Amino acid sequence: MSERHIVILGNGITGITAARTLRKRSNHRITVVSGETEHHFSRTALMYIFMGDMRYEDTKPYPDDFWAKNRIDLKRGWVHSIDSQQKQLLFKNGESLKYDTLILATGSKPNRFGWPGEDLEGVQGLYSYQDLEMMERNAKGAKRAVLVGGGLIGVEVAEMLLTRNIQVTFLVREKTFWGSVLPIGESAMINREIQAHGVDLRLETGLKEILSDGEGRVRAIQTLSGEEIACEMVFLTAGVSPQIEMVKASGIECDRGILVDRFLKTSVPDIWAGGDCAQHREAPEGRRPVEQVWYTGKIQGERLAANICGDLAEYDPGIWFNSAKFFDIEYQTYGWVMPKLKEGEKSFYWEHPEGNKSVRINFEEKLGAVLGVNVFGIRHRHQVWEQWILEKKTIHEVLTHLGAANFDPEFYSQYEIEIISAFNLLYPDQPVELKTKKGLFSKFFAKILK
Amino acid sequence: MSDITANLAYESHSIAHHGPRLRISEKIALTAMGIGSMLLALSLIAVNGSTSETLKNLWFNISWALAIGGGGYFALSKHLKDRPGVRNQGKTTDSLTARGAWGWMLGIVFTGFYIIIYWFPQYLEGLTRLHDGLSQFLQGKPADEWFVYGTVYTILTTLMGAKAIAKYRHNRYHIVRTSVIIFAQLIFAYLFPAICVKFNQPEVYLTYFWPLAYDKLFPSTVMHLFHSGGLGYFIAGWFICGTFLATPVLTYYFGKRWYCSWVCGCGGLANTMGDSWRQLSDKSLKSWKIERWSIYSVLALIFSLTVLLWCEPYLPASMKEIVYQIRRFYLFGIGAVFSGVIGVGFYPLMGTRMWCRFGCPMAAFLGLLQRFNSRFRITTNGAQCISCGNCSKYCEMGIDVRHYAQRGQNIIRASCVGCGICATVCPRGVLSLENGPTNNRYNHEEGLSLLGKMKSR
Ligand SMILES: Cc1cc2nc3c(=O)[nH]c(=O)nc-3n(C[C@H](O)[C@H](O)[C@H](O)COP(=O)(O)OP(=O)(O)OC[C@H]3O[C@@H](n4cnc5c(N)ncnc54)[C@H](O)[C@@H]3O)c2cc1C
Ligand code: SF4
Ligand code: SF4
Repeated sequence: MSERHIVILGNGITGITAARTLRKRSNHRITVVSGETEHHFSRTALMYIFMGDMRYEDTKPYPDDFWAKNRIDLKRGWVHSIDSQQKQLLFKNGESLKYDTLILATGSKPNRFGWPGEDLEGVQGLYSYQDLEMMERNAKGAKRAVLVGGGLIGVEVAEMLLTRNIQVTFLVREKTFWGSVLPIGESAMINREIQAHGVDLRLETGLKEILSDGEGRVRAIQTLSGEEIACEMVFLTAGVSPQIEMVKASGIECDRGILVDRFLKTSVPDIWAGGDCAQHREAPEGRRPVEQVWYTGKIQGERLAANICGDLAEYDPGIWFNSAKFFDIEYQTYGWVMPKLKEGEKSFYWEHPEGNKSVRINFEEKLGAVLGVNVFGIRHRHQVWEQWILEKKTIHEVLTHLGAANFDPEFYSQYEIEIISAFNLLYPDQPVELKTKKGLFSKFFAKILK
Repeated sequence: MSDITANLAYESHSIAHHGPRLRISEKIALTAMGIGSMLLALSLIAVNGSTSETLKNLWFNISWALAIGGGGYFALSKHLKDRPGVRNQGKTTDSLTARGAWGWMLGIVFTGFYIIIYWFPQYLEGLTRLHDGLSQFLQGKPADEWFVYGTVYTILTTLMGAKAIAKYRHNRYHIVRTSVIIFAQLIFAYLFPAICVKFNQPEVYLTYFWPLAYDKLFPSTVMHLFHSGGLGYFIAGWFICGTFLATPVLTYYFGKRWYCSWVCGCGGLANTMGDSWRQLSDKSLKSWKIERWSIYSVLALIFSLTVLLWCEPYLPASMKEIVYQIRRFYLFGIGAVFSGVIGVGFYPLMGTRMWCRFGCPMAAFLGLLQRFNSRFRITTNGAQCISCGNCSKYCEMGIDVRHYAQRGQNIIRASCVGCGICATVCPRGVLSLENGPTNNRYNHEEGLSLLGKMKSR
């Protein structure tokens, strides 16, 4: 294959994984373009910079000389439009850059729902490095902040602000925190965790408008029920959506995101897209058309780069998984655990009496095959659960070998026995007995990994 | 929730690190610690050989009681008022922990202390005399500067160990490990040797083995022990087995951590007193290169020196002189300057474990075993890593843990002391220290996301 110039717009995890994969597999000229920062950094670590756990430098997964060593050119600048006829990018400052193949990995931006006052000073979201800088400025002298919209970024913002002695009022429209994703047991646990850290959590409370101090700065917000809450900062944390205005305006077909086929091609030849900004015309089985998580960006970046190199295959993300941390409670999930059970599904839930650890396993009622797991405050092994779900192991088999999934540190209390007794109380017909205890490469684990 | 209850709830949380946050009791504790330390310092000029027993003991008791009580209360309170959990907020912004003015000052004080104790111990006379009472009680003779050093070292390990336990109290690995470290220091590296002296036995430190305690297998030591009868045989056997039997066997089963993070006093001080500075270790590839050169050079040096010493009777006179010079250099350059002055003195500037990483021949030896013949590894949990960097940042050995974790690879590095902090600070539950069968220990195949690999299995 002749050498081409491949330009990647976006230096997030998607763009960078694509660049690295291209470099491993080819000799193409590679340029990564981004307006945000010169080097790739880990967006997921933004909170740690603000809290002083890490410096910006520490969040860069590769040393600065990595790029030159791997012949990956970096270009800093904001792209204003894509000229797909001439095959070039046009920058805001008037520059242009020719490409043979273009990869769009432009990521997301915080949602705004057209609330009155959302453009006031002191109102912001948290997504980019620039947002973090703005947060740093807005936090100076602030006493109280209102967060609008409960989700993962909202919890992180709450934790960040508390470390600066800023009081946090957290408005959540649903009955319970992240109720669209978490079943009630887990969600209630997180409600308690948020409150235990001193956050003023207002469930079933919506935002009506953001009030100005008359000089263009936020002074207070008003809830839907008419209550006014004085504050110096307002965070819009009601989710993110693909950052595609410029792409849309350049004539590339978009819906909520940039539309891509199973191979991650867009509607325009030689232009590919992946990561947060992409919307799959046909989502892989059981998946959402737009998925805004770190690892899907990684897999898509890897896949589309391989496709560009001629190793054509459909994007296949495998079994869903994710993780997060709500203040001090870690969360991992493998497979699908929906807040509401579907027809023919059953759910088994165990919670530690102290209310800060839980395990939920959803399974098919008829065959007993496990569908997914939620673990809070306990760590579980990714590989083991993936295998269990793929092989449609039954809940009985899974519980019998539950120890094989335990990934907690040494000396931690193990709850497999309690979990199984709770299960046996509910389903006394076929009592389960724990056969595999925690431990690396316990018999069972060794078997399934061969 | 009304405003008032919101306020109350807010008061009870305490992950804040900015702004005023000292409680009154903490201010009192700091005052006590300050007075205690000043009294200790004052003894340097105010106490001498002719000071009366009574005054010395009173002085000793009051100053140490204030310093330990105040310091201990403050250190514990700092963490216990937080809810249990990972709390590294402010580590990269606080002057003390981010090489600010306080950090530099403390680095200079630590370094200065080592310089004085090695080369100008006469200036510590007052402080040494202050410890006569304790020394008489424990080892049945007046104190010398090394007794004072051991006392301060043990007190710091114990107090700051309690602080570390408070800080990591949500994690049982650290509670157990830190308790063992404190115990090892207090019993085996302080009380036991002192009591040996009291009963006219050789002063033995049972937890230090060759090649860290380089002279343990020098012919002079071994011969001396063999000549001092029954107990001598036992001790000589203990040290020989420690190096050649216990080290390979335990490292095979548990990794080098059994020593570096559970027993050794140098590691003990690093993981207790030094914990606040662990993030300062350099993570660059260049420092890894320097590390490999320097640590294996020290190992080679002490190995050759030991062999040469055993061959000494058969060496020509000119060689004997060279061996003598090597020995002098080692004692001064490595034994004193490197392990003490730089190793501990530079904690607040270059991170803890400078010595363990760049100099310690025992760590080098254990590291080779861990790398090539051990069941220990840090397992990476599938593809859960979000590349945040906490693990690399808080690795005291300067290992770029994230490099492996984001590729789904297990971490098997000669230098890893198994402190377990990377696994603790990881916000996504990605890392776990494990011992297991050696096949499949490395999973460093090609492939970016582990997922691709997993599915192709
Ligand atoms: C605070 C926070 C915490 C998160 N935590 C997690 C987590 O724990 N787990 C998880 O799975 N996910 C998490 N996410 C989501 C995750 O970070 C994203 O899914 C991921 O970063 C998306 O990567 P990407 O490469 O697709 O896009 P991005 O990382 O957004 O990269 C896109 C880049 O393109 C640049 N760009 C866009 N348009 C232009 C233009 N016109 N000109 C120039 N440059 C442009 C942007 O500036 C940006 O730098 C978190 C996100 C945030 C904000
Ligand atoms: S890799 Fe982890 S366990 Fe090993 S030394 Fe570093 S922080 Fe400690
Ligand atoms: S292993 Fe954990 S701490 Fe390290 S980079 Fe990955 S997510 Fe962050």
